[in-house]
Amino acid sequence: MTYKIVASQCTSCSACEAECPNVAITEKNGTFVINPKKCTECIGYFDIPQCVAVCPVDNTCIIDTSLPRYQPSA
Amino acid sequence: MDDSRSFDTYESEPASAPLDDIMQKMAEHKGCGTSGGSGKASCGSGAGPADMPQDIWDKVKNHPCYSEEAHHHYARMHVAVAPACNIQCNYCNRKYDCANESRPGVVSEKLTPEQAAKKVLAVASAIPQMTVLGIAGPGDPLANPGKTFKTFELISEAAPDIKLCLSTNGLALPDHVETIKKFNVDHVTITINMTDPDIGAEIYPWVFWKHKRVTGREAAKILTDRQLQGLEMLTANGILCKVNSVMIPGVNDDHLVTVNREVKSRGAFLHNIMPLISAPEHGTVFGLNGQRGPSAQELKALQDSCEGEMNMMRHCRQCRADAVGLLGEDRSAEFTTDKIMEMDVEYDLTARQAYQEKVEEDRQAKVAARNAELEDLAGENADLKILVAVATKGSGRINEHFGHATEFQIYELSAEGAKFVGHRRVDLYCQGGYGEEDALETVIRAINDCTAVFVAKIGHCPKDDLTKAGIDPVDQHAYEFIEQSAISYFKDYLAKVKSGEIVHVTRGDADIRQGAFAPVTA
Repeated sequence: MTYKIVASQCTSCSACEAECPNVAITEKNGTFVINPKKCTECIGYFDIPQCVAVCPVDNTCIIDTSLPRYQPSA
Repeated sequence: MDDSRSFDTYESEPASAPLDDIMQKMAEHKGCGTSGGSGKASCGSGAGPADMPQDIWDKVKNHPCYSEEAHHHYARMHVAVAPACNIQCNYCNRKYDCANESRPGVVSEKLTPEQAAKKVLAVASAIPQMTVLGIAGPGDPLANPGKTFKTFELISEAAPDIKLCLSTNGLALPDHVETIKKFNVDHVTITINMTDPDIGAEIYPWVFWKHKRVTGREAAKILTDRQLQGLEMLTANGILCKVNSVMIPGVNDDHLVTVNREVKSRGAFLHNIMPLISAPEHGTVFGLNGQRGPSAQELKALQDSCEGEMNMMRHCRQCRADAVGLLGEDRSAEFTTDKIMEMDVEYDLTARQAYQEKVEEDRQAKVAARNAELEDLAGENADLKILVAVATKGSGRINEHFGHATEFQIYELSAEGAKFVGHRRVDLYCQGGYGEEDALETVIRAINDCTAVFVAKIGHCPKDDLTKAGIDPVDQHAYEFIEQSAISYFKDYLAKVKSGEIVHVTRGDADIRQGAFAPVTA
């Protein structure tokens, strides 16, 4: 879990889709969404979440506070 | 080729061309204009076949962006298959989308490679002088290598006569030079706004590099290193490179002379210095913090000062990433995805070639007419120069009505002849509610530096107003060739100055891109 994309700010540029190491991001109805079941906040892959780093609009890929934070299994 | 193959794998393929071959191509390439020393650059915007080696001429002769001469006759199209980008620029805002907006990075709809290929065939069938297909975003083509190269593959199979080109920020360029070569993409444009990372830090907030967001000076250093490396690799492979630079007054305007020198020394073929577009309503960082763009005079002075160094492009229209048609016209609305998917397209290569042969005949007639008119101009007053504006729909003729013109082409007339030095937009997009008088004022501001305006037709009222503003409305050369007419007018002008019938006055400055900065009034 736990990053989400603010649909109203998403430019649908698709940059995040290619960078996500978990293939958690797909296009739905013209905007991009993160599958919370697949998102690992990039823990174990990169120092920072790739969608946040590559997104051209700040504060568009954000923590989904309605869901618990991702817990890497030991 | 297997459609599912990832194009990213090409990155690792080793260079296959023998070194001798590359060196030979480099020598040929450097023989063109850029090595001219203090002499006038020879293969730039206005150059013809006599000014450059045959292989270079063959590459540029029907590419509207690489040859000013060609841009009157040939059309290009961009397909918006590459939405992702790997850097952030302060002059870009991808969110803003207005149907009438025209600037890089803006598109109405994204396309898949398959849709793009269909669109290219549809356009090529409807516009037989469409000779060039470019991928220019709306993001960066090389940040979307799979989609970009798949599109090139499909098009090169279906329409092998169409030239392929792409425009990139250069960050990923060195990784893709081999693939670019493999698909016979022989024109590549790199946007290089600086070679000094301190200046770069004011233009680029960040780059996405090796899975990290890098900011500040470090980001700009990575970008400039990659851009120059990519440029060197392309020119070493005989691929023609154009360098685009955005002129940002107070940020990189003086520095662009250095950029010009740096890219020239690395074999760039053409340098295109464009004015910053920074209307606040576009929502870019520069637009919002009040950074202004250059005036027409400032832009021309910078272009002139770089021209002794290398070929300068002055006919760029800063078009959208989904533009279709001649530069200066946009027919993209005729080719929306809905429309092209319904079209029954048959690609007729023979008909296209027959049409293009006619275009070539017309083009040669134009050059012959200009040269004949030029003959007795030599030896005239060498210091006197004037600018004139021309209303044209293309084909190198004065064939547009004054009131219908959405842009004017600007020619500088001197004892050397007629030289294309730019264009001025006068379409009042996104303003609404403006009366004809406001429109006329806008046109006058846009061509205020011109002595005359050449039109196919003009009404009495605008004629009087132009005359009052000191701009001579000329309709005697309607439907004739632009350069021939302009030179003829200039000879007449010189004769009148000599006889004392008129007094030559230096005109003032003019606004670039009218409409973008005009306040919206209720």
